[in-house]
Amino acid sequence: MRQTIVRNVAELPTYGYGPRSGPWWGAIGFMALEGMGFAIAIGAYLYLYAVNPNWPIGAAPPDLWPGTAETIIYLLSVIPNEMTNRVAHRQDLARVRLGLIVMALIGIALLVLRGFEFAHLNTRWDNSAYGSIVWLILGLHTTHLATDVGDTLVLAVLMFTRHAKPRRFSDVTDNVFYWNFVVLAWLPLYVLLDWVPRL
Amino acid sequence: MSMVAEQHELRDDALNGLQLSTRVEGIWRTPSGFLGALMSVDHKIVGRRYIVTAFAFLLLGGLLAVLMRVQLARSENTFLSADKYNQLFTMHGSTMMFLFAVPVMEAFAVYLVPLMVGTRNLAFPRLNAFSYWMFLFGGCFLWISFAVNVGPDVGWFAYVPLASLQYTPTKRPDVWAQMITFTEVAALAVSVEIVVTVFKQRAPGMTLDRIPLFVWAMLVTAFLVMFAMPSIMVASTSLILDRLVNTRFYDSSSGGHPLLWQHLFWFFGHPEVYIIFIPGTGMVSAILATFARRPVVGYPVIILSLIATGFLSFGLWVHHMFVTGLPQLGAGLFTASSMLIAVPSGLQIFCWLATLWDGRPVYRTPLLFVIGFIVIFVLGGLSGVMVASVPIDTQVHDTYFVVAHFHYVLIGGAVFPLIGAVYYWFPKITGRMLSERLGRWNFWLAFVGFNVAFFPMHILGLIGMPRRVYTYTADMDWAHLNLLSSGGAAIFAFSFALLLVNVIQSLRSGTLAGDNPWDASTLEWATSSPPPPQNFDRIPVVKHRDPLWLDNASLPVVAGLSVERREVLLTSLAEAEPQIREASPEPSIWPLLTAIATTVFFIGSIFTPWAVLWGTPPMAVALIGWFWPAGSKEDEE
Repeated sequence: MRQTIVRNVAELPTYGYGPRSGPWWGAIGFMALEGMGFAIAIGAYLYLYAVNPNWPIGAAPPDLWPGTAETIIYLLSVIPNEMTNRVAHRQDLARVRLGLIVMALIGIALLVLRGFEFAHLNTRWDNSAYGSIVWLILGLHTTHLATDVGDTLVLAVLMFTRHAKPRRFSDVTDNVFYWNFVVLAWLPLYVLLDWVPRL
Repeated sequence: MSMVAEQHELRDDALNGLQLSTRVEGIWRTPSGFLGALMSVDHKIVGRRYIVTAFAFLLLGGLLAVLMRVQLARSENTFLSADKYNQLFTMHGSTMMFLFAVPVMEAFAVYLVPLMVGTRNLAFPRLNAFSYWMFLFGGCFLWISFAVNVGPDVGWFAYVPLASLQYTPTKRPDVWAQMITFTEVAALAVSVEIVVTVFKQRAPGMTLDRIPLFVWAMLVTAFLVMFAMPSIMVASTSLILDRLVNTRFYDSSSGGHPLLWQHLFWFFGHPEVYIIFIPGTGMVSAILATFARRPVVGYPVIILSLIATGFLSFGLWVHHMFVTGLPQLGAGLFTASSMLIAVPSGLQIFCWLATLWDGRPVYRTPLLFVIGFIVIFVLGGLSGVMVASVPIDTQVHDTYFVVAHFHYVLIGGAVFPLIGAVYYWFPKITGRMLSERLGRWNFWLAFVGFNVAFFPMHILGLIGMPRRVYTYTADMDWAHLNLLSSGGAAIFAFSFALLLVNVIQSLRSGTLAGDNPWDASTLEWATSSPPPPQNFDRIPVVKHRDPLWLDNASLPVVAGLSVERREVLLTSLAEAEPQIREASPEPSIWPLLTAIATTVFFIGSIFTPWAVLWGTPPMAVALIGWFWPAGSKEDEE
């Protein structure tokens, strides 16, 4: 077919941030389907809660302190996360490096706390259906936490190499975005795991 | 925030004709050789592999169906043992649903969507390659297990308690559950790619109301996959955990509940039907417009119907569980919603009929299959409205009536449009036409064979023949209808053999197709057949819903993209206004390596929970290799 040039896009940028960029929508897509995974797991928990006369089954509710400490750290982590977002938009490499290191350390601290949380659930996965669903949900969220920490670490290292090119700042903002999802997903899980058994 | 590329970069506005084609093709070509083939991220190459693999699984699943029909052709037959029969119907259902129906639809989307929206590759092409490998490895895992007598035998739905360790102490259900994980990972990945491609990579000017109906259908399907499949992943994971580390999800003595399985399974399982059917409707709309020689009547009605069907499909799953003793209110609600979904499907059927009515239909093979689809699907829809009602469902539950119903819906709703689609897009994919004469034989044998095979099953069900029995006694009086059904199955199977012959013959010596053999209206026909690696030398601009019918001699295009590196044009979500010249990834071996690491992890973890520990580092290494910038032009901008 004959071609007629009707427009020239040579002046367009080669990367962008937020809804203009492709990876941002990819992140949204994965958040949607992973969020659905959490919703289904929550549904399974509530189903088992509804069909069992006693809840929790044969166990004390989880100890409150690890989950509560995590929740506080998650909420506070939004501040350095947002600061990383802003310096990435300004393409300030030194501060982006700092932000990524801080976020990686926060993630590692949360992983350690998560270990304590498993130890203080007061039930094993094979005790009862209650124990099974609690371990499943906490395990599911831990996978997300660990994935994001891994991603943050790799990105932090990357920003110290010659690959720290301008388009990588967009990757940093996507990483920031995903962390918000990890935080947001945790809040209902905290209520479900730590407070519903106390109802 | 923007960084305008330096001006010395060579752009496609500086070149023309052959010079431009050669240059862009050189950038987008997949490297040659075996290693190059393993590295390919071209959506057409991956899509073609996906299609061929899915059809190979159709062949295998179809052979199992033939074996079952041989066994049932007469009473008290000893051709198959009860155990073999259990494996056969489980493998047949699992193969057809997870390894054929869903993947083949996604495969067509992988091939066609970028061409139809006028871009050069899918979003996340490496994820696409990874998705294919996961699908292939998952399918091989299931079939190799079957070959060594570890084929699942608990039905394609693997109900507990039958599928629990206590009642099936073999690895068979684990094979089934992990095959699910493989195929769901593959399907979820493709869905995200489709959504982002349709949202962000449409040709400039392709506003929401100019998107081809097939693409709309695949977009809705992608969303259904994203929201339905997490449920089956939670289900299959919890089943494996119950069987491997003694969790108690489905153990009623420890607070677990077998019905939880059915809820999780059918919350996925019912949308699954629409994940298979909605792409079929997209194919129908595409074929119908071309052969009725006019745009499909009621474009907005069809899109709204697709979206409505998508939403409603999540509110019906309990109608698979009417005999489990539900509260009456629940049963009533799900009866109502099950009947409601007939409304958007019906609206689409009327739009298609109106298109035929008002058009000047050219009865070529693709259109024949579409008409076959309308007849068979409407019959399946009618028996669907019947089983939506609790009293009827209670009577016919687990009988051959239900087998007849869902084969009418699935084969009518998806396989007939699919075969029509093969005839329709084969020229684009291979550059050659399929034989029209063989095509007509193919259609009539399929249509007659299908109805002879499956219509008698309605009656068998009504006179009481249950599903999943490996044989029956002579005094039940089911033998004649079963023999008839087996005869029909043989004819139906033969029609697929004809299709295979047609494909092989036409690949060798079919008539050359040219760019647009059907005088169709959408963008995939604006490039050569088969399309070059870059799809289009320059990105098209869309000014009309049927761009090639507006003007089939010249194509408006944009210029200004790089001819030194792989670039695609990102456009805005609603108006498709150009926004970014985005780099597109080059071929890479890492998706394959990641898929191999993931396969080791998945298969290991049905044998030992420690696989989670030793299986993770190789996956992490492969993923880092995948995303680490390799110093190529794409990544250094």
